[in-house]
Amino acid sequence: MKKHLIGRPVPRKEGRAKVTGQARYVDDLVFPGMLYGATVRSRVPRGRIKGISFGEGIPWHEFTIVTAKDIPGENYVALIAHDQPYLADGAVNHSEEPVVLLAHPEKYLLEEARRAVQLEIEALRPTFTIEDSLNKKEIIWGEDNLFKSYSVEKGNVDEVWARADFIVEGEYRTGAQEQLYIETNGMIAVAIPEKGVTVWGSMQCPYYVHKALMALFGLPADKVRVIQSETGGGFGGKEEYPSMIAGHAALLAWKSGKPVKIIYDRAEDMAATTKRHPSRTRHRTAVSKDGKLLGMEIDFVIDGGAYTTLSPVVLSRGTIHAPGPYFCPNVRIRSRAVATNAPPHGAFRGFGAPQSIFALERHLNRVARAIGLTPEEFRRRNFIQPGQTTATGQVIRENVNMNHLLERALVLSDYHAKTARFARENSGQRRKKGMGFASFMHGAGFTGSGEQYLASVVELEATPQGRVRVLAASTEIGQGTNTIFSQIAADALGLDYDSIEILKPDTASVPNSGPTVASRTCMVVGKLVEAAALGLQQTLVGSGYLPEGYTPAGFERACKRYIESHGPLKSSSQYQPPPGIHWDDATYYGDAYGTYAWAVYVAEVTVDTVTFEIEVNDFVAVQEVGKVIHPVLAAGQIEGGVAQAIGYALYENVVWNEGRMFNSQMTNYIMPTAVDVPPIRVFFEELPYSYGPAGAKGLGELPMDGAAPAIVNAIENATGVSIHHIPVMPESLMEALAVTEKAVERA
Amino acid sequence: MPDRVNKAEITCTVNGETLSLKAYPMARLLDVLRQELRLTGTKEGCGEGECGACSVWIDGEIANSCLVPVLQVAGSEIKTIEGIATGEQLHAVQEAFISCGGAQCGICTPGMVMAAVNLLERTPHPSETEIRMGLAGNLCRCTGYMKIFEAVVRACQATGVKA
Amino acid sequence: MRSYVPAYELRAPQSLEAALELLEREPDVWRPLAGGTDLMVLFEAGKLTHRKFLSIWKLSELKGVEVTPEHVTLGALTTYTQVQAHAVLQREFPLLCQAARETGGIATQNRGTLAGNIVNGSPAADSPPALLVYDAQIELVSARGSRWVPYQGFHTGYKTMVLRPEEIIRRIRLPRTKQGWRQYYRKVGTRKAQAISKVCFAGSAQMQHNTIRDIRMALGSVAPIVLRCARTEAALRSQKVSAGAFAAAKEVLAQEITPIDDMRSTAAYRLRVAQNLLEEFLLQLQNNGGDESHRGLAAAES
Ligand SMILES: Cc1cc2nc3c(=O)[nH]c(=O)nc-3n(C[C@@H](O)[C@@H](O)[C@H](O)COP(=O)(O)OP(=O)(O)OC[C@H]3O[C@@H](n4cnc5c(N)ncnc54)[C@H](O)[C@@H]3O)c2cc1C
Ligand code: FES
Ligand code: FES
Repeated sequence: MKKHLIGRPVPRKEGRAKVTGQARYVDDLVFPGMLYGATVRSRVPRGRIKGISFGEGIPWHEFTIVTAKDIPGENYVALIAHDQPYLADGAVNHSEEPVVLLAHPEKYLLEEARRAVQLEIEALRPTFTIEDSLNKKEIIWGEDNLFKSYSVEKGNVDEVWARADFIVEGEYRTGAQEQLYIETNGMIAVAIPEKGVTVWGSMQCPYYVHKALMALFGLPADKVRVIQSETGGGFGGKEEYPSMIAGHAALLAWKSGKPVKIIYDRAEDMAATTKRHPSRTRHRTAVSKDGKLLGMEIDFVIDGGAYTTLSPVVLSRGTIHAPGPYFCPNVRIRSRAVATNAPPHGAFRGFGAPQSIFALERHLNRVARAIGLTPEEFRRRNFIQPGQTTATGQVIRENVNMNHLLERALVLSDYHAKTARFARENSGQRRKKGMGFASFMHGAGFTGSGEQYLASVVELEATPQGRVRVLAASTEIGQGTNTIFSQIAADALGLDYDSIEILKPDTASVPNSGPTVASRTCMVVGKLVEAAALGLQQTLVGSGYLPEGYTPAGFERACKRYIESHGPLKSSSQYQPPPGIHWDDATYYGDAYGTYAWAVYVAEVTVDTVTFEIEVNDFVAVQEVGKVIHPVLAAGQIEGGVAQAIGYALYENVVWNEGRMFNSQMTNYIMPTAVDVPPIRVFFEELPYSYGPAGAKGLGELPMDGAAPAIVNAIENATGVSIHHIPVMPESLMEALAVTEKAVERA
Repeated sequence: MPDRVNKAEITCTVNGETLSLKAYPMARLLDVLRQELRLTGTKEGCGEGECGACSVWIDGEIANSCLVPVLQVAGSEIKTIEGIATGEQLHAVQEAFISCGGAQCGICTPGMVMAAVNLLERTPHPSETEIRMGLAGNLCRCTGYMKIFEAVVRACQATGVKA
Repeated sequence: MRSYVPAYELRAPQSLEAALELLEREPDVWRPLAGGTDLMVLFEAGKLTHRKFLSIWKLSELKGVEVTPEHVTLGALTTYTQVQAHAVLQREFPLLCQAARETGGIATQNRGTLAGNIVNGSPAADSPPALLVYDAQIELVSARGSRWVPYQGFHTGYKTMVLRPEEIIRRIRLPRTKQGWRQYYRKVGTRKAQAISKVCFAGSAQMQHNTIRDIRMALGSVAPIVLRCARTEAALRSQKVSAGAFAAAKEVLAQEITPIDDMRSTAAYRLRVAQNLLEEFLLQLQNNGGDESHRGLAAAES
């Protein structure tokens, strides 16, 4: 039996289909008699619907028109809370709120019709900022505008201030960010009242959509079927919103009796679907003379937009990551997710952690400066060590060595020589160069007891030809699910890569392996694939058909004989938490994650003081992620995440106008092109994790966390200007530089 | 409902095959390829000329098919991603995209391949700057571009590329 | 697609004459459509108010680059790709080549035309500053005849111009009089490639020792039209390059431009960067003294 695939760059499973244009995405599918659907939105950030009228010149009788009163089941998108309606009924709470749905066979006419629907809405006073929401200027959600709050307590923070040698405070902000997957959201639905509802579309989480459609139509599980089509990127942006579009397409299909396709154009996708939560973080930190953290008080607030959606869980991850990979005996974190009249913010790679880590890694540079240590020395003195506890009381059991990662990253980036050289050469130069880094970690899998609640299941099935199918709801969205599952299954069974097939996620035929989020697919679901594969093997061995040291041909014979005499050959595996994991939701105490990935990222930047443009010239990403299953895919995840984080740091500025995204075009919302990214140099350290497949951990979200603070730290190194928000647009850098220049003049 | 104009009759060559079709003259080439000809390898990412997912060649030059009214390709030769491989034999650029990890979610890939093959036809041994500039009109949100650059370099090293 | 496609007419006349005839017969009804890189974007967004278009994309009368001892004359349909590839333009009109190189990506450069860039009338267009610096002239033709107008003065206000509804641009002519002038171009966009300008600066100066004998300066995105900065030029003409002259010129420039806040940038930023670019341009004149090369281009090394 050979094991040879894990750790090797086998070709991507669906690579050929993708490079030839044969892969079928939702907009590539056509059904006979299909209608196109469109959404009429509120356009008012907060108000009450008084009337809906249909303008002249449109053959309305040819249209299928759906409003809230046509909903057969519950009018909410079932997720965490039940507050977000599928179609506004009375109240509207953000300006992209769906109110009316239209369908027609001719796509072109649909647009004319959408424009001809007039909504009469009585406007109410909206809330747009975190501050206004916290101050309860208006109560726009629940009793206090708070979707969720957490508090984490470790030691006794109140005590430390008196004995601290230094107390350093700071406030940091991050902006909204659009996922900007290149395939916009889209769904096709077939819905027949007697038979049920089936949808095909672009999504990360088929069972989320499944649950939402059951509630919307009041149907049992077996009457709702959700099928993933090839998905052109997600990054979190296709975690929750697909439930909305699927419901809309299905409502139109239900009423019209015809298949209905809804594909958002770029402007609608950008403006109406979820974005990364904007945030505000306040730090107050107590430090001793010898540079040890004594106490940290952190106030973390995220703007959730108009409805709960995933804000509680985003907040949770952001909260737990807020103190970073450091040991501090006394920590208090208070965190809140607040309501505003913006379209709901949602999942986006990193899920709250990029926000709180940005704040921390900027703040620690400030702390280091205050006590007269270099940023690296200050961190060295405070990195968490095996045996120490995190803010939630989790004991670090793995052999983490952040110091080693830091040293390696600094050497690989030539950090010391370069900082010295830039310090010498910058003065008098119009183009100033700087180096910066960030140290951080990212918890893999769902937070706290999340994985236990999910209780994910994976099935494997063997065919008489000796081929093995993996049945899971985990979606391939570009990150490589199909490929790594094949590697894991093939190695566990000693088979060839090509003898593994991955079934398309379809809720009618695959079990619920949980959502494709939270860097959990490889580590958690991959482990289930491995376990189910071993189960399959045991069944065959136990039946006596499979000898020790079998060949693929032997495996095929065994499958054939087994199936002939016993029927289908299947094996399934369900999630079991690793031993010794404890988490208490009530006190927010315990093992927040089974394990973490650890990293240090270094950025080299140039700031042009003529134009205030900032460019990243070199980027080094060093991380420990357990066993790397596929070196090319893994590096690709890191590179893509870093590029996205460069956008987060420097380019991607959502311009808001009365709660609407004003720059909802690719021309005006700027993501990095091939010319804007530096060489991204990726290095892995591999400390196998006992509870991941072949020792793997999660890594998909990790790269999103550290790049932005590394870059902004480098800007500070280049210019001496301390910036506390992202994105750092040239306009804001100009202002910050002017403030500093004035301060220098006054001194 | 506004009045409709007459559809135009347009003859052009697509992937080597000459065809005639009827379409509204301002219909986007992108829509005609995808809907009338069912060549769905060409993708729409933005409709505003920014992302390059809809890249095709018109008379040998790379163009964004979302910005081309179909009447303008009357008499032209069009090549789409479906015309890049020779039968089962992938183009060296396609092979390199697979082996280097240049395609993740794959939605930018057809356009990226069209741009990369076009670049290599114009510049058989491009410098890094030329590769970056040559692909600047094709946005990829997944890869961070590194693996795409590698794929282009590997494709020019591979034998079989016209040099 | 947010426009009702079936309502839009597009015809492709077989000759320039046929196109002009139609424009003459029904002025204001028909509009030219060249590479479509502006019009089709509006079309997609549902913002194309005009309904009837004439495709001029394949008219050979509007193509080609002609070189005579006095002029380089570009057909209206000359694309950014063609501009960059032309040896004489590379040598004598590097600012235009650089503008072309920094416009959009390759696909846009293959379809976007110079005349389209001009008539679209965006204050953020990147070629017009170079055309202004080169004292370009424009040939407007109609069924009744043709006239040459200086490009300076062509734009009369935001999206308004001297072009009549029945006219189209046929050619753009660049006098070959800037040899030996020092040249400078810098586009400041939202990112390094495929970006709309936040400020764009083109400058050219004829130096005699340390004195500016003659000078041209034009800026994009700082006024309702791409602006030739005649007052700033006047303040610099015949001046010796010196810190005092720079400071005075920056003041005049601040008076001459009228930048605004919009979704891409702020008025304050545009003003400050315009002044900084002016300074960078002038510093270069100073640094290179009497050397009469186009080394100025090195400033825009991106
Ligand atoms: C992705 C993208 C990026 C871009 N980046 C830049 C950039 O960086 N810098 C920049 O300056 N521009 C940029 N542009 C816009 C640029 O491509 C256009 O301004 C182009 O030059 C217009 O030429 P066209 O032939 O495509 O015009 P069209 O869209 O065909 O026409 C534009 C206007 O010009 C008129 N017109 C065209 N030709 C004539 C003629 N001969 N006589 C009279 N009227 C005429 C049309 O009626 C119309 O009003 C970009 C566009 C896109 C899509
Ligand atoms: S769809 Fe044509 S460029 Fe994006
Ligand atoms: S591979 Fe997903 S956008 Fe490029």
